Amino acid sequence: MISAILSLALLGLGLGVMLGFAAKYLKVEAGALVQDIEQMLPGSQCGQCGYPGCSPAAEALAGGQAAITMCPPGGRALAQALADKLGVSADLSAMEDQAPQVAFVNEHLCIGCTKCFKRCPTDALVGANRQIHVVIKDACTGCGKCVDVCPTESVRMRDVPVSLETWHWPKPDQLSLAS
Amino acid sequence: MKLFRIRGGVHPEGRKRLSEDKPIEDLPLPELLHVPLQQHIGAPAVVIVKKGDLVKKGQVIATAQGHISAPVHAPSSGQIVGLGRYTAPHPSGLPGRTLTIRTDGKDQWAALPPPLDPFTASPEEIAKRVSDSGIVGMGGATFPSAVKLNLGARFDLHTLIINGAECEPYLTCDDRLMREHSADVIAGVRIMARALKVERAIIAIEANKPDAIRRLRHAAQNDDVVTVVEVPTRYPMGSEKHLTQTLLGKETPARGLTADIGVVVHNAATAFAVFEAVTLGKPLVSRIVTVSGEAITRPCNLRVPIGTPVAKLIEHAGDVKVEPERLLLGGPMMGQPLSDLKVPVVKGTNGVLALAGLEASAMAHRTSCIRCASCVDACPCGLVPLDMAAAIRKEEMEIATKSGLMDCVGCGSCAYVCPSNIPLVQYFNYAKGRITYLQRAEHKQKETKRLADLRNERLERLAQAKREAMAKRKAEQARKKAEKAAQEQQQEIASA
Amino acid sequence: MSTSPPLIGGPYLKQSPSVSHIMLVVMLALTPATLYGLFQFGWPAVNLFAVTIVSAMAAEAVWLKMAGQPIKPALSDGSAFLTGWLLVLTLPPWAPWWIGALGSVIAIWLGKQVFGGLGQNLFNPAMVARVVLLISFPVQMTAFIAPHPLAGPATIDFMEGIAITFGYGTAHVDTLSSASVLGHLKTEIGRGTAWSEAFADTFNMRGFVFGAVPGSLGETSAPLLLLGGLLLWGARIITWHIPLAMLGSIAVLAALFNAIDPLIYPSALVHILSGATLLGAFFIATDLVTSPVSPLGKVVFGVGCGVLVYVIRTWAGYPEGVAFAVLIMNAATPLIDRYLKPRVYGRTRRGQPLAYKEPSK
Repeated sequence: MISAILSLALLGLGLGVMLGFAAKYLKVEAGALVQDIEQMLPGSQCGQCGYPGCSPAAEALAGGQAAITMCPPGGRALAQALADKLGVSADLSAMEDQAPQVAFVNEHLCIGCTKCFKRCPTDALVGANRQIHVVIKDACTGCGKCVDVCPTESVRMRDVPVSLETWHWPKPDQLSLAS
Repeated sequence: MKLFRIRGGVHPEGRKRLSEDKPIEDLPLPELLHVPLQQHIGAPAVVIVKKGDLVKKGQVIATAQGHISAPVHAPSSGQIVGLGRYTAPHPSGLPGRTLTIRTDGKDQWAALPPPLDPFTASPEEIAKRVSDSGIVGMGGATFPSAVKLNLGARFDLHTLIINGAECEPYLTCDDRLMREHSADVIAGVRIMARALKVERAIIAIEANKPDAIRRLRHAAQNDDVVTVVEVPTRYPMGSEKHLTQTLLGKETPARGLTADIGVVVHNAATAFAVFEAVTLGKPLVSRIVTVSGEAITRPCNLRVPIGTPVAKLIEHAGDVKVEPERLLLGGPMMGQPLSDLKVPVVKGTNGVLALAGLEASAMAHRTSCIRCASCVDACPCGLVPLDMAAAIRKEEMEIATKSGLMDCVGCGSCAYVCPSNIPLVQYFNYAKGRITYLQRAEHKQKETKRLADLRNERLERLAQAKREAMAKRKAEQARKKAEKAAQEQQQEIASA
Repeated sequence: MSTSPPLIGGPYLKQSPSVSHIMLVVMLALTPATLYGLFQFGWPAVNLFAVTIVSAMAAEAVWLKMAGQPIKPALSDGSAFLTGWLLVLTLPPWAPWWIGALGSVIAIWLGKQVFGGLGQNLFNPAMVARVVLLISFPVQMTAFIAPHPLAGPATIDFMEGIAITFGYGTAHVDTLSSASVLGHLKTEIGRGTAWSEAFADTFNMRGFVFGAVPGSLGETSAPLLLLGGLLLWGARIITWHIPLAMLGSIAVLAALFNAIDPLIYPSALVHILSGATLLGAFFIATDLVTSPVSPLGKVVFGVGCGVLVYVIRTWAGYPEGVAFAVLIMNAATPLIDRYLKPRVYGRTRRGQPLAYKEPSK
């Protein structure tokens, strides 16, 4: 009986020591994770997630303080990729697959104040003082910063309609046994 | 000729008896023709006419854009009454850019280019004529034929295969064309063989078309370039990769072209169109369409001007005699659902089907996969459809791609045999679309980063310029101050 | 005229078989051997058959009710019925009712539903149940009976049959029990007797081939099982790979060892015709859900089953090894499916695009 107690105790001790070593010398570098996540984020520093930019957001995500569904421009695709990267499972069904949106300037209301293009993180708005502004659709990420500052509400977000080039077959309905 | 076996494949009932003995009829000219600018793979054609213009039949109304494109010609004489968005013949029912012509009933040809002598014209001339005539793959793929004819420049070609298989059930348009215009089809094949600079051309016809085989053999009896070969009736014999394998025993390398093994495949109707373009100067303005299905009163094969609304075809076929459960463009295996009867017939439309309840698929009762492996046995490409569909269901697109999603030709043999009625092909189409969408999103993200970086640089430059200007001004001020101080000092010394 | 219904992809033609059709064909293929077995072993066997199948259906219904899923579609596809049927064919024909009932419950709950229902299970449900019963109740599971045909001198009448199946003891069974063919052979070989002598002493060849020997309910009649197997193959429910590979490997091993020492190792014919070999090769190992999907994978699976069956029968503790062999190979099926995929068109076995010989210009 003594030998049984001794052998098990030694085994436990040995394994514990091995685990300790592993925790110390084999652990994943946290820094690399933050950089990887930052690469995955859109990078437009729009601030919709509540953090002042994509870098702090990446740190929060790596630290597990932020939900992976927090980035609207990234959408579901980003949330899925983050879930894979961080090894968490997440219920993405609540996340609306937002139709991509782009800004649109109503030229009748624009007064050329230049407030919007100064805020645009990707320079998708073109204009100058007292000139009507216009949105370059391909560069617009839909972050919405321009809408916030426009004094005449001439900038609005519009859904990008699906076209023949972007349409694809919908996913077949999930199995329902009650058919 | 020795034939080789293809793996898998299925044997659906042909159902061609409904229309195979109906000679080609001309559809009466409709009042309006809606001609889409994109009827082919590649860049859409660019409009060169405007609203109000009068056009003649065969006149160019839109030119090809770029290397992989095709021009569009007016299918009949009349007036351009509109250029806008019209429902496209696409499963989504979304609109595409379309020119609308109001026909004047006279059907007058424009001045056509002179006929080329098929025996002396150079391959480049033939290819150019085919390109100018707007000819695309008429089997449904709609790839610009001239580009395929030019493959001889890049690849070592030895065989032209003419796809007369028409393996889809119900469709008989190629069959009738081969029977009624045998000599013209052979002539077209010879022209294409010349353009490709190949020594031999094989016309492959499935065994369920004995009359077509007989007539084409007769028309080609003294020909040393063209031979007619009977291939087994098996779906998907009409897939160009599998047809090549049946005839020559060689597999096209993955992600490659049949040209990689020295073969080019063209549809039989394309050969006929090439004949008309080269020897008569006529561009592609009409095609044969099979209207069939148990719900159609009078199944028939019609010669239809491009741009005719599908409703006119069904009307001419005596309308439907029962409420159809499914309306399709193309065949029942790979065809697209018809979203609206006003969509126009385009260069790739080979059939309009109205399927009645009994024969349409049992879509209602779907159960879970029992891993019976019927799909594995049926797949002509050696894939494992059940694994791919399971991965796609869980949105694991990478795993699906590794399992061979991009090697799938979309023939539908797997879904045809599935006892649980799982919509396998729809899963694969969804996955392919989703992967494209994700690639676009990734590209957009990269671009966004780049733009954001550029903006930051710009702001940094502005800030830097400001700082420099500031520093310069300060330096200037300091210099002026020093000068003034020096001046005052001098004055002091002078006045002292 | 209405336009098309909600967007559903093609193809828009279908071949007819459905899942219930597959189950029905399998049941049809099993019927000759089953009827023969029921006839051979009389009323107790009929009672056990009824109890087992009804329990299987009931177990499925109970589980689905507790899981809040619709019952009728799942029951009507016939899979629970078939599982119960296959299970009872591997039980001793005069086993008490609770063996059949418990077995059904284990097969349906532990063997199938716990994994997620139809199509999700890793192990053959009937074999899971059989093995659990064999290990837990060895006495009842090895109490085989010599045949008491329904229309013969030794027939058991209906009331006696009820007593045997629903009686609580195995006392009366003890007095009548005999070992199965393989069991008898194993014991005698262990005692040093040559197998052919042991065989000739107790059984005659004709009875052996046609099934008038002790054994499980459905194992005994080789010709009828073969007939059922051919029916399955002809109806394209199964392919030839697994049965041929399994039977082939058993035959080869048996013949090999028989040649090495004809006294200790029974001949290939005896191995093939006795026990659950034919039932296993055609109906159990070929279970669609738990066997590999590619042709090469199926051959490997069949060979594995055959080898394991022979090894267990000859050198391991049990006289019959089909259940264990199938379960072990079921565990290997995901691995086989992962590494032995069919070659994709246009690619080499490793997945690289084929290299063409004619260089492009």
